Amino acid sequence: MPAAKDPMLQIDNLHATVGGTPILDGLSLTVNAGEVHAIMGPNGAGKSTLAYVLGGRPGYDVTAGSVRFAGEDLLALDPHERAAAGLFLGFQYPVEIPGVSGMQFLREALNAQRKTHGQEPLSGGDFLKLAREKAALLRMDAEMLKRPVNVGFSGGEKKRFEMVQMGILDPGFAVLDETDSGLDIDALRIVGDGINAIMRQKAGGPDKGVLLITHYQRLLDYVRPDVVHVLSKGRIVKSGGPELAHLLEEQGYEAVAA
Amino acid sequence: METLALPTVRDEDWRYADFAALEGLAPEAFGVWQDITLAPGETRLKALVLGGAGPELHRIRLTLGEGARAELFAANLGDDYTRVEVEVRLAQGAHFEFGGVTIGGGVATREFVTRVIHAEPEATSHQVIRAVHWGTATGNFLGRIEVARDAQKTDAAQDFKGLILERGASTNAKPELEIFADDVKCAHGAAIGQLDETARFYMAARGIPPETARKLLVRAFIADAFVALGDKAEHDRLLEAALGVLGDAA
Repeated sequence: MPAAKDPMLQIDNLHATVGGTPILDGLSLTVNAGEVHAIMGPNGAGKSTLAYVLGGRPGYDVTAGSVRFAGEDLLALDPHERAAAGLFLGFQYPVEIPGVSGMQFLREALNAQRKTHGQEPLSGGDFLKLAREKAALLRMDAEMLKRPVNVGFSGGEKKRFEMVQMGILDPGFAVLDETDSGLDIDALRIVGDGINAIMRQKAGGPDKGVLLITHYQRLLDYVRPDVVHVLSKGRIVKSGGPELAHLLEEQGYEAVAA
Repeated sequence: METLALPTVRDEDWRYADFAALEGLAPEAFGVWQDITLAPGETRLKALVLGGAGPELHRIRLTLGEGARAELFAANLGDDYTRVEVEVRLAQGAHFEFGGVTIGGGVATREFVTRVIHAEPEATSHQVIRAVHWGTATGNFLGRIEVARDAQKTDAAQDFKGLILERGASTNAKPELEIFADDVKCAHGAAIGQLDETARFYMAARGIPPETARKLLVRAFIADAFVALGDKAEHDRLLEAALGVLGDAA
């Protein structure tokens, strides 16, 4: 076991509102380095709100509680600073950006993050190599990265592209909001393998952590979680091992979360 | 000697002009037209970066012979009132391509006023105008298309989009079509909006700082106006000049 140190993500008594409506109601959760946690819950439980609050989306207001990320006050950082600090938010609905190519988008993103860490920008050639490697990992045609961000992509392609982005940016912690929705069976396996390849700690590599937000158990067959939480009405109502996901699948949220 | 009639606010083509700024211009300036004639079949390209510290009035009159092709691109980015007027007369089968960008903050008005006359059959024209403003600046496009009685098979299009970066800035679009032929295509569109907040958050979530995100989105927005500018050096010169003034946006 690694020596005791700051948890990667420590959420304490988090309350948040969206457009004035309370959504998160005292959510507490701790993810240690090297762990994968899954959050499951019915529609409207606050799963996506949690993801957006962690990412710092405007309009999602924290009214009480705290979030510490690798010992730092996450909520004090602007969204782009959170990304540079190593937090990656995988979107449930990836955004289309007409007129901005995927390559340009990701190169700006990666080099902005490198700059924050005092690193030189990656050259065009090196970036292209990296982009091709990560696209191949997700079995995505690298030519698609030359197209405007997410424009004309199918639902599955968008989710795969999210994971390609995660591979290129190589974050320390990933919050993945329903990355499995819209994927067919083969794509689900590819994305699951991709998450493992990118986010599982490699020998000698840095500690990483994952918060998987999902409706269904199926992604968890590929990305085995250490802890499963049930989110209901804005707070964690039950936590357990991977078997909890199976129980939910069998009995439904109402029975388990009651 | 021709007597110059100075414009008034009652003139339709001048309705959004900054008359206080116009007083800074000598009366003679209102009579100056740059006349350019293209011979039948001739192609000519002009790429302009316009606008300086004081008010400016640019008037360009193009006369296109049969099958001629004129391509005009302009970045209108002065610190003071800058008006670019273009009048084009198209003979049979001629083509006029126009891409214009007004961009800037402060209090200045920047505008394009085009009048495209399809005098003969089978001529085509294509205009793309983008306006990006902040502060209390204004960007205008007044586009008039005239199709003469026997100018059949005319194909004319104009497309205007405005992007407001801050409350207080404004854009005006005034398409005006006067069509006397019955077998023609004339398309026009105008839309005004703000930066896409969802796209900005998506970019931020990947680590792109807000000012870089804005620059990427504005670049994508104005690029439409210069898409048809095939000369890469000129294309980049206009695009970079336009983006260059974005640096002082709030």
